[in-house]
Amino acid sequence: HGPYQPHEPGYGLDQPEYSPYDDQVPDPKARMLAIQNAKAYLLKTSTASGLNLYDHLANVLTKILDEQPTNTVDIIENISKDVKWARFQKKMDTLRDEYEILPTIEAAEKFKALFIKENGEENEEVIEEEIGQSPLPNVMETAFYFEQAGIGLSKDESYYIFLALKNLTSVQPIQTCRFWGKILGLEMNYIIAEVQLREGEEEEEAGEEVTEEEGKEMDEVEEQDEEKEKKDEPPKSTYKPPPDIPKEANGTGANKYVYFVCNEPGKPWVKLPPVTPAQIVCARKIKKFFTGRLHAPVVSFPPFPGDEANYLRAQIARISAGTHVSPTGFYQFPEEEEEEEEGGDTYEENPDFEPPSVAEMVDSLSTWAHHVKSILKQGRCVWINPQKSEEKNEEEEEEEEDEEEEMDEQQEETGPPLLTLLSEDEGIKDIPAWTAQHSTNLIPQHSVAIIQSNRWPGAYAFASGRKFENIYFGWGHKYSPDNYTPILPPPVQEEYPSGPAITEARDPTLEEELAFKAAQEALAADEEEEEEEEEEEADD
Amino acid sequence: SLNCLDWSLLTPATKEMVAQAEQLKGRFQGGPSFGSNFAEINPQAAEKLFEGGKEPVIKEEARLIATIEQIDRAVGIVPRGAFVKTPLGSVHENRHFEGLSLVEAKKLSSYFHFTEPVNLKNKTLLEKANLDPSTDFLDSLEHDIPEGSWSVQLEKGGAVVVLRSLLWLGLTFYHVPMTKQYGYIYFGTGEKNMDLPFML
Repeated sequence: HGPYQPHEPGYGLDQPEYSPYDDQVPDPKARMLAIQNAKAYLLKTSTASGLNLYDHLANVLTKILDEQPTNTVDIIENISKDVKWARFQKKMDTLRDEYEILPTIEAAEKFKALFIKENGEENEEVIEEEIGQSPLPNVMETAFYFEQAGIGLSKDESYYIFLALKNLTSVQPIQTCRFWGKILGLEMNYIIAEVQLREGEEEEEAGEEVTEEEGKEMDEVEEQDEEKEKKDEPPKSTYKPPPDIPKEANGTGANKYVYFVCNEPGKPWVKLPPVTPAQIVCARKIKKFFTGRLHAPVVSFPPFPGDEANYLRAQIARISAGTHVSPTGFYQFPEEEEEEEEGGDTYEENPDFEPPSVAEMVDSLSTWAHHVKSILKQGRCVWINPQKSEEKNEEEEEEEEDEEEEMDEQQEETGPPLLTLLSEDEGIKDIPAWTAQHSTNLIPQHSVAIIQSNRWPGAYAFASGRKFENIYFGWGHKYSPDNYTPILPPPVQEEYPSGPAITEARDPTLEEELAFKAAQEALAADEEEEEEEEEEEADD
Repeated sequence: SLNCLDWSLLTPATKEMVAQAEQLKGRFQGGPSFGSNFAEINPQAAEKLFEGGKEPVIKEEARLIATIEQIDRAVGIVPRGAFVKTPLGSVHENRHFEGLSLVEAKKLSSYFHFTEPVNLKNKTLLEKANLDPSTDFLDSLEHDIPEGSWSVQLEKGGAVVVLRSLLWLGLTFYHVPMTKQYGYIYFGTGEKNMDLPFML
């Protein structure tokens, strides 16, 4: 028997003079019997678990003596529990345990797919040609520069994104491609790639949209014909909702780039639909978290026209317009003059660009410029007069002219032109719109200029010599020091103002009418008498 | 510390500091002795809190202290079982903590706020019977108001579970299931997300 613990029965039984039976059973035989009784009690098997206290204690003490942990007395209960757990063994089933597929293995399989190089169709010659013009961005290089500033994803994730982008470029006909950033969501995150498709591909979609619009026009014409025929119907309201502002064509303005998203590198890329001005205007009014599922509905007031994919696209458009910057002079307007309406939509790289030093880039914000057009209040980059589009749709010109006169003239909206310097960005109250820093103060030769946006927290840009890049990591919301207040519903429409014309009055009763008639006749009789008198006088 | 080289010790927060800091909105400036003029923002509160001659200017340092305290109190979390309470009442680290299992790690109820419990007494008797007093002595995340103010994500196919707080944007908690590794960290602008109910 080992040394007994104080709480066990039998403690102290082996010490002389301490046994409870000392005075009663002095002789050693009886003491041996007492000891055996105690041991038998300890060996009693528990009905619940098939263990007995004696063996359990022996195991616990063995474990303690083997491992010799510090402060044993404090953790003795846990050790006891562990020993019991270790004893518990599953009964042998006739069924064999199925090898559990851990979720880590599933994830690894997905990533493995990224690593497989596509073989077969490509010849070596084709590969060499493509390498020269590869649209694939060097994600690892960008990640390195951002890491200097303390921004970015882990190396593993950057590499997976790199491989996923490579897959994207091989599947879709892509002209230029860029890793735009990552937006966090509640259940899953979004990884976003900004892409310019080659020109032939865009026409297909434009064709589909045109047929839709034509279909709508046909419907309107039919309705108006029916109106003329059925005259008995109650008057239809002449309220026409303000015309939908048409979205910008693919390849220009807010839809200049096409965006692909995926939840994780390795999952298939999904193309985001082009953004409409109505969506941008609405996105400015609401503030919602992304859930991570592209088809989730966006429940908000004012109701958002679209689902999460549209909301995501609208936020991406706003962030790009607000925060995509490049060193001043890197892009310049082309020398050929363009029509005024376009307003310098395109820009090209300046071959004569001499990069300013990193210190200059940090010190003054005028060394940076936006290279994406800002979005006007209307929701487009180029203002369009919605009244012009009405002329195509309606037939009756008279009504049309009246309505045009009644509608308030919408003033042309202008926004800051392309390639505005950052120093002209408005701050928010007293916070400047951008914060610039060196990546390191200790090694000025290799430091990189970093700027972060204060209006869209999570947007960063770096510049070092000729290289520069923008990126976004965040939740996808604009910063406002005040709290968000949802738009109030529009005021209740007022009734017509009361006036004598529409004020209800009681109809005159029969007596009143008779009295009125009598009064009228009396008046008429008086007038006739006067006339007769006058005639008489005239005769005379 | 501003440059990870020189560290200065921050004093613990007092209730006054916390009350004042809650009034302030807007970003931190970056200099610990930058004083935000309190009186501009809310002159009535300034008069109430300051009686007799004190200037209502709050130093950035105090605001920083108060913000850290608020963040820790509101969203500082630990996994269930990482800390145990002895019968004497003292709380200390559980050296036998083996980590949560994958199933448990996905549930919000296996994470606790590491502050004085507020909700424990409000639970029904049935729930209380299931509690293990040595490990369940803190508020769980399940009943955080508003519902859904935590985002739970598994990364790397379940190798790491990441919780992000939506109330304090930028607070991230990680835990590797079946191991002892866990921790939380805050990167952000130091502002509470008051728009949370509208954003969910």
